[in-house]
Amino acid sequence: MSEKFNKAAETKRWIAGAIVFVILGLVGALSNSYIVSLMTIVLLFTFMGQSWNLMLGIGGQLSIGHALFVGLGAYSVGVLYLKYGISPWIGLLAGMVIAGSVGAVLAWLSFRFEVHGIYFALLTIAAAEFARIMFSGWEFVGAMQGLFFPAPTGEVDISMLRGGARFYYFVALALAAIGIAGTELISRSYLGYVWRAMRDDDEAARALGVRTFRHKILVISISAASAAAGGGILALVQGAIFPDSIMGMGISVDVLIGPVVGGLGTAFGPLVGSLAAIPLNHLMGALGDSLGIPGLNNIAYGVILISVVWFLPDGIWPAVVRGYAAIKGSLFARPLKLRKAEE
Amino acid sequence: MLSLWLNVVASGILMGLVYGLVALGLTIIFGVMRVVNFAHGEMVVFGVYIGYWSVRMWEVPIIAAAALAAAVMFVFGYFLEKLIVKRFVNSPHHYQFIVFIGLSLLFSGILLVAFGPDPRPTASQLSFRTVSIGILTLDLARLQAAGVAGLLIVMLGAYLKYSSFGRSLRAAANNRLGGLIVGLIIPRIYAITFGIGAACAGVAGALISPLFDAQPYLAMDFTLLAFVTVIVGGLGSFGGALLGGLTIGVAEAVAALMFSPSMKTALPYALLIIILIFRPRGFFGVREV
Repeated sequence: MSEKFNKAAETKRWIAGAIVFVILGLVGALSNSYIVSLMTIVLLFTFMGQSWNLMLGIGGQLSIGHALFVGLGAYSVGVLYLKYGISPWIGLLAGMVIAGSVGAVLAWLSFRFEVHGIYFALLTIAAAEFARIMFSGWEFVGAMQGLFFPAPTGEVDISMLRGGARFYYFVALALAAIGIAGTELISRSYLGYVWRAMRDDDEAARALGVRTFRHKILVISISAASAAAGGGILALVQGAIFPDSIMGMGISVDVLIGPVVGGLGTAFGPLVGSLAAIPLNHLMGALGDSLGIPGLNNIAYGVILISVVWFLPDGIWPAVVRGYAAIKGSLFARPLKLRKAEE
Repeated sequence: MLSLWLNVVASGILMGLVYGLVALGLTIIFGVMRVVNFAHGEMVVFGVYIGYWSVRMWEVPIIAAAALAAAVMFVFGYFLEKLIVKRFVNSPHHYQFIVFIGLSLLFSGILLVAFGPDPRPTASQLSFRTVSIGILTLDLARLQAAGVAGLLIVMLGAYLKYSSFGRSLRAAANNRLGGLIVGLIIPRIYAITFGIGAACAGVAGALISPLFDAQPYLAMDFTLLAFVTVIVGGLGSFGGALLGGLTIGVAEAVAALMFSPSMKTALPYALLIIILIFRPRGFFGVREV
């Protein structure tokens, strides 16, 4: 992870990122409704994957219960909008505050008592499962029957965040852009350096005067809050909230698959990973449905996860970057060698 | 009223012994290899299906089905370790976790492809028979499962404690480098350990097959239950797995009686959160991770 930061390369990266997003914008404007709805999910999981990535890839804390935060965001939007008619904008904000505080409390409790590593990961699963079961039994939020948003009229209403599929595509695109740019900015800032130091060696970071306890709480609550924002939009896109599908282990796995496949700790990894994994999952799911064989998508996910960790432990994106650098290197190296030979 | 409570606690203890066996598999793998087997629940479900099919096809007693499950799952675990797991034994924890999440998805996919998503009711004759001991009235299936599980736990404990392989396994758990120096064949020990862990899960699955409808979606519940059990007892501790199993079994049964069936599933997690917060390493956890 020892990238050399220089101004020109950085500008190039921003331009490349902008180009990618312009292309994604064109995809949203021009392609058919199936691709738009699939890509909406990809972009939302890019954003939520980015939040998970911030926590593990930069902060060094493994969570396998991100569904908790996603679900809290979804329920905040759903309950406020459907029960009280409050705009989802407020719902998103409320969800972020709630999830951020829950994340902070969870982190505080566990790091206070030196629960870390595997034990922290297991604690996140336990918290998510506990919340899922509680929400399944809570009548006010619809229990197992779930909450339903009224069907979209197709009319775009930005103040209520309502609109058709294409509208949500651009909302998701904006979120993904914020996620990627935000990660890039954070990882170059003071916080990014501190968090990476903490990730690589907690004791050394403390010896240098970093208050790692506070920083762990901070990184976890930022990650939780952004996952909640993604969850709120996911609920609006799907039009319904069920405890098992929004807070289940499935969501936690979907959130982590993008960054793991794409490249842990990188800004573009979650986008690349989600682009690779989610359409494949849908394709295998559809194939399984048409053949009457359920479970093909699970097999695909399983094989992808195992083979990525096996063959490309730091993900697809860093491998692409390395490959590009090698090609570029050999192109520039040849004239240099020729010149040397001439001399 | 008293007899109701006694019955509930007794059936909780019986279930707890089976949970203890499942957890034992997880804890042996963690104790020796320092990996958390996230696919443990799938291995239990493999056992459930082995029990279901062998009882169905050959009408063997459940104990024979359990023996078959033990043999099949031991071989399965042994080769799984040899082929895949061993490559990740020395990777960072989060990579291991992700590999095991992958394995768990892969296995649950295979189960879905092979058996379909619908539950298969295993109501055999055994499921309905009961035994009365004094004021206690217990399921025969449950009693049998608990009896076999308890016996296996004791036997495995004695084997690990007194046999020469058991000693080398504990040595490998205690100090891998030291074990290598005195000439232990660590890769072989790891593969056998993983086999034993998988066999524990498989046997437990076969034993409970008369009690649960066989279906792939049980796997996640069992994985999480096994995690809760070992953490309550202490990850990597033999006695802890047993104690954790009994605690969870009784707590579940009592919660179902006192509150509602949905509380029954939530209670273990609540217990886990409380225990992780106040006794992060469980009742008898190993210090270093």
